Amino acid sequence: MKTKSPIVDPRIIRLDLEKSASFNHLGDMEVWGTYEVFHQKKRGDQHIHAGVVHAPDPEMALVFAKEQYGRRLKCANLWVVKTSDIYSIGYENEDMFETVPEKIYREAGGYKLREKISQYKKSITSVNIKERETL
Amino acid sequence: MNAVKDLILKMADDSLIIGHRSSEWTGLGPILEEDIAFSSMAQDKIGHALALYGILHEQFGELEADQLAFNRKESKFRCCHFAELPIGEYDFSLMRHFLFDHAEAIRYEMLSSSSFAPLAQLARKIKGEIKYHVLHANSWILRLGRGTEESRHRMQSSLNFCMPYALGIFEKNEAESDLITEGIFAGEEHLRILWEEQIWKQIDQAGLQFPNVPEKKVHMGGRSGRHTVHLHMLLEELSQVFRMEQGVEW
Repeated sequence: MKTKSPIVDPRIIRLDLEKSASFNHLGDMEVWGTYEVFHQKKRGDQHIHAGVVHAPDPEMALVFAKEQYGRRLKCANLWVVKTSDIYSIGYENEDMFETVPEKIYREAGGYKLREKISQYKKSITSVNIKERETL
Repeated sequence: MNAVKDLILKMADDSLIIGHRSSEWTGLGPILEEDIAFSSMAQDKIGHALALYGILHEQFGELEADQLAFNRKESKFRCCHFAELPIGEYDFSLMRHFLFDHAEAIRYEMLSSSSFAPLAQLARKIKGEIKYHVLHANSWILRLGRGTEESRHRMQSSLNFCMPYALGIFEKNEAESDLITEGIFAGEEHLRILWEEQIWKQIDQAGLQFPNVPEKKVHMGGRSGRHTVHLHMLLEELSQVFRMEQGVEW
């Protein structure tokens, strides 16, 4: 089952049907932590955050994530990451993301490429129509 | 051809009844994630039953799936006693899920190369679902078997209780030899050997003891229509809505 990952890829392929040798022992009245689930629709696509599951260890998180997030949508692959392993910028620093309006040239929309493209498309179709009329 | 029909009917009835039993946990599961997983697997089982009844309908001219599921006398059912037992506590339901689904997985694996094409096709189609069911069961048995003193004890006593019923899965049909010679299905005995081998590994890994069951203690009869008292009540409930107004379009 286990596919060998290249050395540069630090991800751990956890779900091993044959062995499942490493796991956390369940304790009395244990409160499980949460895992963030990332869903990939088809091979090559980005993994997109789908939600959260409670689980005692990564394997069980994958077992639960499969039914929680993999059963309705088309799914090629799932990742789970311990919630506590996610690092985040707090909302109190949200102002860092604000852009000064004058710097619109930094946004892709500022190039007005779309207009040029639609103009070009129009010219092409009008040429085609003329060509057809002459035939 | 009767032997194939018997095989398909008992598989379909097992799936329907155990699927219904599993669905009784919906909303009552130990945690939300597990509740969803268990309910989803219950739906899978009902789906397998539907597909199998469909084969009986299309290939052998039997009645449609709804009629077979909701409008048949108890004595016409061919499910094993193991599937009929009430859900009990979660340790029992998990252990039943583990023992039953391993047998089912091996059965479909065997059938994937069956000379009877509709069964081979179905076996290939539902391979992924069954793989997940077994993974889910193994994950729990391992963790609870090697969990706390209480969880280990509960898993062991459930295993001891389940085993005489689980062995009833492999009750043979009269004309089974036809299936073997025609390359349709390699037989219950063969299935049981593979099953024991496979679950032994998991049970051992979970730190549990494999119970020794004398053959005369095995719960037989389901395959010839003799059932536990539990099936009657289950069927009453299962077909309640259907019987209220027959022939209604949903």
